[in-house]
Amino acid sequence: MLNIGLSMLGLSRFQFAMTTVFHFFFVPFSIGLAFIVAIMETVYVVKKDETYKTMAKFWGKIFLFSFAVGVVTGIIQEFQFGMNWSEYSRFMGDIFGAPLAIEALAAFFLESTFIGLWMFTWDRFNKVVHCLFIWLTAFGSTLSALWILAANSFMQNPVGYVINAQTHRVNMTSFGAVVSNRQLWNEFPHVIFGAFLTAAFVVAGCSAWRLLKKDHEDFYRKSMKVTLIVGLCACLGSVWSGDTQTRYLINNQPMKFAAMEGLSKNSTNKGEWAIAAGFKNHQKTWSVEVPYVLNILGHHSLNGTFKGQNQVNKELKAKYNKNDQTRNYYVPTRTLFWSFRIMAISAGLFGLVAIIGLWFNRKKSQTIMRQRWFLYLMGLMVWLPFIVNTCGWFVTEFGRYPWVVYGLLTIADAVSPTSTVASLLFTNIVYFLIFASLGAVMVILSHRVLKQGPDSVTTDGYSSKPEKTQDVDPYEMGAAHND
Amino acid sequence: MTNLQLLWFLLIGVLFSGFFFLEGFDFGIGMAVRFFAKDRDERDVVIQTIGPHWDGNEVWLITAGGAMFASFPMWYASLFSGYYIVLFLILVALIFRGVSFEFRANMRTDAWRNFWEWASTIGSFCAAFLFGMMFTSMIQGVPLDKNGNIYGSFTTYVNWFSIVGGVAVSLLCFIHGLNFLRLKTSGELRERAEKWSKVLYPVLLAGEVVFVILLYLTTDFFSLKAASTWSILVALVIFTLIAWWGAMASHDWVSFLASGLSLVSVVVLIFNGLFPRVMIGVNNVNSILIKNASSSPYTLHLMTILTLSILPIVLIYFIWSYWVFYKRLRSPKQAA
Repeated sequence: MLNIGLSMLGLSRFQFAMTTVFHFFFVPFSIGLAFIVAIMETVYVVKKDETYKTMAKFWGKIFLFSFAVGVVTGIIQEFQFGMNWSEYSRFMGDIFGAPLAIEALAAFFLESTFIGLWMFTWDRFNKVVHCLFIWLTAFGSTLSALWILAANSFMQNPVGYVINAQTHRVNMTSFGAVVSNRQLWNEFPHVIFGAFLTAAFVVAGCSAWRLLKKDHEDFYRKSMKVTLIVGLCACLGSVWSGDTQTRYLINNQPMKFAAMEGLSKNSTNKGEWAIAAGFKNHQKTWSVEVPYVLNILGHHSLNGTFKGQNQVNKELKAKYNKNDQTRNYYVPTRTLFWSFRIMAISAGLFGLVAIIGLWFNRKKSQTIMRQRWFLYLMGLMVWLPFIVNTCGWFVTEFGRYPWVVYGLLTIADAVSPTSTVASLLFTNIVYFLIFASLGAVMVILSHRVLKQGPDSVTTDGYSSKPEKTQDVDPYEMGAAHND
Repeated sequence: MTNLQLLWFLLIGVLFSGFFFLEGFDFGIGMAVRFFAKDRDERDVVIQTIGPHWDGNEVWLITAGGAMFASFPMWYASLFSGYYIVLFLILVALIFRGVSFEFRANMRTDAWRNFWEWASTIGSFCAAFLFGMMFTSMIQGVPLDKNGNIYGSFTTYVNWFSIVGGVAVSLLCFIHGLNFLRLKTSGELRERAEKWSKVLYPVLLAGEVVFVILLYLTTDFFSLKAASTWSILVALVIFTLIAWWGAMASHDWVSFLASGLSLVSVVVLIFNGLFPRVMIGVNNVNSILIKNASSSPYTLHLMTILTLSILPIVLIYFIWSYWVFYKRLRSPKQAA
């Protein structure tokens, strides 16, 4: 598990984990919701059904909260590489900087400019053009995910580089290799499908809560339909991309894979898959197992074996331990094992709920309104995608321990030597308090928007008195034209 | 030093100039929310003027940071880790002001609206002040070790010059914000902004004189490159005077451009003084030089091609988005 002593390294790691997890509550939600809003607005443009316009505006409002929090917490992400991990920045700058700068240049400008245009120009542009704004925003946010994951993929699986003999830092030799890293093309689809899934099940869940109150039935049922279709596709996509990614690990990061499956010793040809297990010092103490499932999942066949952690540790020691023979390569087994199970089980649940939901919610049927238990279930599942996303990052990042750049630089060597325990403790506490408050405000505001219902959305912009202004663009609302 | 290294040093300067020109008035507007606007209607209008833009303007900072990481990792690592607490406070300020606009509009009680308005005002002021403080303390020379790590004490960051620098930058931003208001509003708000800037310009000029004196006393800018430093300072003062004249003669555009250019002059002053270094060590031997701080030629080359192909497109739609919203606003009670 998280090993947080009050050490400089421990506190820096905790800070990175905290800021990243919090930031990544909002990122997938925003990316997914941008697409869902874009789909809604497109349906409006095509079908000319006003309900879909209201839908785009209404869910767009919640998207804007999430986007704002995502932006401000994103700056922390960029700054903290230099602030907390200066040795890492020196080592990795040649590789990491380029995708990061392109991300800012190509993606952030796109999404931030067009979200501003989208927010404030309802009814000022031709419908198609206005719809294009939200598509460009969605496209920009997807692009930003691609570039930052390009950097992360290098850290998981370094390619297209040499170690500079003089400086002992990485130098890029092939940008093409960095961008076509197979790790990236396993990771990126998984993150994007996860983003769609997150937004889809949040919107569907919120709709379910409103349907329980019999509020705006037509509106929320249509919202649910759109999002469950997106959710089902995203769920299948997540499972597919999760599968390719996990199987890629078998050879690429065998320790991560062994820990995800809780294998201490090498697996037998029977391929027992542990549904649940207990661990002590990375060794399995008990487990509940099903035969052959491991082979089906890992090899897509009934036969085969996998290396366990003990064996992998021996191999990694032989490969990397030149000076320090005591260093071990075990990763936090329990965290990886359970995170992976939460992801896998949730994927099944999401798929099932989407199929049942679409069936219950079919046209000319009132089943969904009668099956209140199901609406409760969907309502509660609003929280699940966030937990699952976090689990995904736990597997990816803890599973790379002790490396920050796999095989090249350890976490311990990456930290800023100038940091102090006192300043890190202070900043950790302040960040925690800020995140807790921002999270609370987000939830309260979203809840309030939901309670106000779709009739309230004709207002947008930053006016403090939304109730007075109905169905006008913000320039007539907060202020009149001066011609 | 290669041409590419020089190019990227200049590009980082251009990105920071863009950031201060654009986010400068954002900060000013943020401060104006409580310092300048009198009632809720006025505050609505004031915030509305930057509503569609503040996020895009902040991307200039993110791009400058990213470009610094990409082209000069040693500079990025040294500056960002050395200025840990200052940057942390800047982040906190940027977080509060960033979410304040969206959150304020959705608050139901006056107390909470006040809270988020103050978050915008204090956050904007602190961000501007701390950026000023960071750059002015950095050019005095910082205690660098031979690996480029800064082991500073309190007075490395907080001293007379850095405080004056912080005040000067926040005042510049505030006036720049007022000038933006003059450009984007009409009626009483515009007139009051003009009146305020007429009063503030003499204060700013006095501040600039103090700034120059302290710059002379605490940095090596005048001893190393007197001519260029003097020319930039003269440009700074001339831009200030032009902006002042613009306020006297009601030329909104002139004032706005001139106040933006005075912020740019400050950035140019700093980059000119740094050259050929990126970080100045108290012990000059440890100063980090452009030629040692950069990424590999491959990465710089790659970045140059990518930037030259993407940036023009970005600039086109960025400027277009300002053009879309080029309309003056006024508060509803005046419109009635």
